[in-house]
Amino acid sequence: MKIEEILEKLDAPLGVSGSEEAVGSAVKDLLAPCCQTVTEDVLGNVTGWYRCGRENAPVVMIEAHQDELGLMVSGITDEGSLLFCEIGGFDPKTLPGTEVTVHCETGNYFGVIGAKPPHLVKDAAKALAVENMAVDIGFKKEQTEKIVRVGDIITLNTGYTKLAGSAVAGRCIDDRGGLAAVIRTMELIQKYRLSCDVAAVATVQEELGLRGARTAAAQLVPDAAIAVDVCHGTSPGVSDNAFPLGKGPVVSVGPNLHPKLTRQLLDRAKEAGIEVQIDVDSGDTGTDAWEIQVAGAGVPTALLSIPLRYMHANYEVGDSRDIENTARLMAAWLLSYKGGDDLCF
Amino acid sequence: MLLKELCQRSGPSGWEDDIRSFILGQIKADEITVDTMGNIIAHKLGGGKKVMVAAHMDEVGFIVSGFTDEGFVRFKTVGGILTTVLVSKKVLLGEKKVPGIISAKAVHLQKREEREKLIPMSELYIDIGAKNKEEAQNLLNLGDYGVFAGEYTEFGDGLVKSKALDDRVGCAALIELMKNDYANDMYFVFTVQEEVGLRGAIIAANRIRPDYALVIEGTTCSDVYGTKPHETVTNLGGGAVMTAMDRAAVSDRRYFEMIKSLAERENIPLQIKRTSSGGTDAGSIQRSGGGVKTAVLAVPCRYIHSPVSVMSKSDFDSVCRLSAAVLKELERREL
Repeated sequence: MKIEEILEKLDAPLGVSGSEEAVGSAVKDLLAPCCQTVTEDVLGNVTGWYRCGRENAPVVMIEAHQDELGLMVSGITDEGSLLFCEIGGFDPKTLPGTEVTVHCETGNYFGVIGAKPPHLVKDAAKALAVENMAVDIGFKKEQTEKIVRVGDIITLNTGYTKLAGSAVAGRCIDDRGGLAAVIRTMELIQKYRLSCDVAAVATVQEELGLRGARTAAAQLVPDAAIAVDVCHGTSPGVSDNAFPLGKGPVVSVGPNLHPKLTRQLLDRAKEAGIEVQIDVDSGDTGTDAWEIQVAGAGVPTALLSIPLRYMHANYEVGDSRDIENTARLMAAWLLSYKGGDDLCF
Repeated sequence: MLLKELCQRSGPSGWEDDIRSFILGQIKADEITVDTMGNIIAHKLGGGKKVMVAAHMDEVGFIVSGFTDEGFVRFKTVGGILTTVLVSKKVLLGEKKVPGIISAKAVHLQKREEREKLIPMSELYIDIGAKNKEEAQNLLNLGDYGVFAGEYTEFGDGLVKSKALDDRVGCAALIELMKNDYANDMYFVFTVQEEVGLRGAIIAANRIRPDYALVIEGTTCSDVYGTKPHETVTNLGGGAVMTAMDRAAVSDRRYFEMIKSLAERENIPLQIKRTSSGGTDAGSIQRSGGGVKTAVLAVPCRYIHSPVSVMSKSDFDSVCRLSAAVLKELERREL
């Protein structure tokens, strides 16, 4: 499937950290045609297995997180609007004027995050804090209290949008882009005979602190792992610690990443003619790789990132070619991986 | 549905082509003129007083002002849009409706003091996904206009959310009012460039030289969380809004009183706008020629000039009914 097609299927279903059922079932549907088995664990991590058929074959985990940021109802105002808090960290400046869906037991309700009219804004330079915003669902207090409860989840309605060329925009390319790369990798390896079993994992609760990755890796304790996430893309005023879109996946180096595995990925990229960029991470990468590395007796782990502009805004912008090339690179490495002392120091 | 279609059309001030051609397809009159600025003047011949009924068809929007080497689009706002509602919103640019996202740096990359401040307009830009300047210029030209991509959605207790409710509600009301028969000499005018300074109405009024004018608008409503009771201006669901005075015009007192008693007689909910800020085409019309008696009726709109303005269908209905009653009453009465 084309990356755009996978992304579109992954972008629509919701998966706020802790409530990943909808996106999880979309992941299962996408993995089913290229896996022998697809399972879900107690926290909601989804794992699809592509086994090579050899006994005691080494296990490789390729993964991305399926959860996304969201909001949660924290109160009801006298006007009947909803106060809210964040699940994960949005940029509050992007919220006023945004359309949302409130997910209630009584059904889903449309709403907008309001903004005061111009003549009532006292300090025009000051950004509005989340505590001073409210979701307007168009009902008065008595009606609102009947349908909405504190703790109900609110999601943004910003949907997948194709931009010029190969650029894509969406509510959570972080990390549905990574997830698309993982699913695409599973498609790419179908026609080949591998020397390892591949477990494609969509983890939960990454945005809350890499929680799903910890339990997923603990169950698998794979022989090697590749995490796929996003990194900052360059844009006006952003050049440090950021990478241009369309120039290929970003391979991280640093203490979180296994030097030999990383070296092999760079070699495969060179052989396959895949352009890559290098990110130097001096410690915590802030990704699932950080947890996976220390699972069980330890897992050689690598991190591939897709450059992404405006991370954690209403719309995040990435490049579908970078996602496709991330998948091609993972597939190339999987074909070459033999296990044994391949990754020993 | 008429209002939905009106809202979905583009019409940033200065490039009202799309909304104009749609409206032209919807109306019938004895004489329809499109003047030099693009106002639609639809004349329904009659014997009595000259009455001008006006709504503006333009909306707030954007204009492409440059391209960066990396292919990002620089822009200016057309009409008053707060930077508060700009960041991370989808817009449609140019004739081909090229999608783009108004953007700024990610929250992680903002310094602490930057996080607490709004990003100044000068640092915002539109990301259309172009790889470089050349690709961007293949899709857009300097001076191309854009609008918010805000769809028409019905929600809550009889509410509607869309971009451009200001003033497609007025356009929808005018199209409905035009279907009635009148004894007076009626001019229904869909004006341009209201949002950049009440411009189209100047030349329309100069051409028509009406005795009376009724302006139908979408107006500010801030009956929302965080607003003090005396700052709400209008209430959603509180009925049609009449303006006594704003920055641009003072309503004719006898006209104002006539409308007030009409609303009472016809049992149509009416509220008086509780601020003197803002301005409408009435400002231009009132001061045209030797002066014109004007009144303004409006539909309250929350989050006006944003992609998610919100109105109540019952208020829209009140404005339509009251406007029809006013135009009938002007046939019977001299003010």
